[in-house]
Amino acid sequence: MSTSTTFRPRSSVDTDQGKDKAVAGVSHFVLALWVVLVIAPLLWTLMTSFKSTSEIFASPFTLPATPQWQNYADAWTTAGIGNYFFNTVIVVGSSLVIVMLLGSMCAYVLARFEFRGNRLIYYAMLAGLTIPIFLAIVPLFFVLKGFGIVNTLPGLIVSYVAFALPFTVFFMYSFFRTLPYEISEAAAIDGAGEWTTFFQIMLPMARPGLATVAIFNFLGLWNQFLIPVAINTNTKNYVLSQGLAAFASQAGYAVNFGALFAAVVITVVPVLVVYVIFQRQLQGSVTAGTMK
Amino acid sequence: MAAATPRKRRTWTLDRVSFMLVFLGLPLAIYLTFVVSPLLQAIGYSFTNWSGFNSNQSFVGLDNYVRLADDAVFMTAVRNNVLMALVLPVLVIVLALALATLVTVGGSSYGQTKGIKGAGFYRVVSFFPYAVPAIIVGIMWGLIFDPSSGLVNGILTGLGLEQFGSYPWLGDSRTAMPVMLFVMMWSFVGFYMVLFVAAIKAIPAEVFEAARIDGAGRFRTAIAITVPLIRENVQTAWIYLGIIAIDAFVFAQALNPNGGPENSTLTMSQRLLVTAFEKGQFGMACAMGVVMGVLTMGFAGIVFLINNVTGGRDRVTMA
Repeated sequence: MSTSTTFRPRSSVDTDQGKDKAVAGVSHFVLALWVVLVIAPLLWTLMTSFKSTSEIFASPFTLPATPQWQNYADAWTTAGIGNYFFNTVIVVGSSLVIVMLLGSMCAYVLARFEFRGNRLIYYAMLAGLTIPIFLAIVPLFFVLKGFGIVNTLPGLIVSYVAFALPFTVFFMYSFFRTLPYEISEAAAIDGAGEWTTFFQIMLPMARPGLATVAIFNFLGLWNQFLIPVAINTNTKNYVLSQGLAAFASQAGYAVNFGALFAAVVITVVPVLVVYVIFQRQLQGSVTAGTMK
Repeated sequence: MAAATPRKRRTWTLDRVSFMLVFLGLPLAIYLTFVVSPLLQAIGYSFTNWSGFNSNQSFVGLDNYVRLADDAVFMTAVRNNVLMALVLPVLVIVLALALATLVTVGGSSYGQTKGIKGAGFYRVVSFFPYAVPAIIVGIMWGLIFDPSSGLVNGILTGLGLEQFGSYPWLGDSRTAMPVMLFVMMWSFVGFYMVLFVAAIKAIPAEVFEAARIDGAGRFRTAIAITVPLIRENVQTAWIYLGIIAIDAFVFAQALNPNGGPENSTLTMSQRLLVTAFEKGQFGMACAMGVVMGVLTMGFAGIVFLINNVTGGRDRVTMA
């Protein structure tokens, strides 16, 4: 009999396979329930965005008789979502470019140069990752006021950059640490200055890291809510998240529910598209984050 | 040996000086001006009665903090946030761990540890709520729980539960907080599930193989092998979720902007913004911010402590 500890008798394998099927079946069932719980609300919102307000109140289940594209037009113009969308693209776009540039510059210097105070700056950045923004928000309002940029898009951009900086520096730092020294040394021998070395050699080499951090920053900044609510109170300059919150709290009286649902869809679609395109990279970086 | 000696300090050329000034100086200036300085100012202002609109401010010591302790509304908010910080991490972590376990070890128990079929699909879909802006998550669920046109009451009345015809889930102090916790859970479970899946996959297959040969069932393996080995990740998740619960601003604002029935979903963050920008009591608002900061750090400290006391220090590592 070859019943050593590593080999089980044939019959045991058979029962195991039966049990495996049962376990897999139960697992699929539970996971499917979860998937429904995730997707159903999203699909319901999408469907409802095509219904007229009276249809919405008649029944939550019926399909729209005719798709109400008007909801989208209403949301875009009357509710001002178009304007908020435009503001958001400007603010998120500019702050993303600026924070990626400044963040990688700062991370590069901290990662590759030795000087007094290097550690101190690094830990000051790290502390910024953990302290709640709420603690700083009131004085921030007055700092921006001092510069004359409170309630303006540039003020919002600067604040986004400042608060996204610690995360960017933290992740780009570990990325620049892994790049080989030989290449920058070779560049120096060939006569490249520090500026040339960074922009022509190190930054292009850091592209994978840049992409991951940029996606996380994009999602974070697109979804940012607290900073605009506190320091960007001029309706004309609203970004999507706060404009939508304002619209939602008002829709209870104005009752254009169709437009509200449409506005929700307009806000979700860009982020879901970005997510689906880059999901492999995102999930990969979650993995990398847990491995350190 | 040249290779072993530390690299020589390079000389200060114009190229180098300008490089350091711009590369380090610029980001640092922005960080100090818009993050560090407001933080320090907030702590300072919390000891004054500053109203923000004039330069009248005098040092009032711990006055603001004493008044906060006597403020019934703020203390309700503190209790709500503490309750969320206790409940939310448990809910999310248990559910995320369960789903992660199903995805990773739901496959065949013979030979190599295999993930369940379609694991990739489950992972991608689970991550959806993380990509949806939190404010949208809140607004969307607010519509789903709407008394008259929402999906939930539609389903319940469809099942014959007529008493839910127009039940105000968010307008009743008994259900407002549970609904808010559920919505936050929906928003975060997927992210932590993906995190745990990654951590579980990093455990060498031999460990599971050995447990199986020793006769451990799947449940036993999950409790006795998986959880202890990904303890570090669980701790991180616990701290993040606690920080989220102590803030909770976006969800509270989307579901019940005014703090809900009998202030049952009021958060410190909501109170802080009202105190600052509607009442103009900036000194007081800064004190609230400090309370939030202290609670956040206290929470993280307690999680670390509990993890160490319960044996997290002599953890097994798979390096």
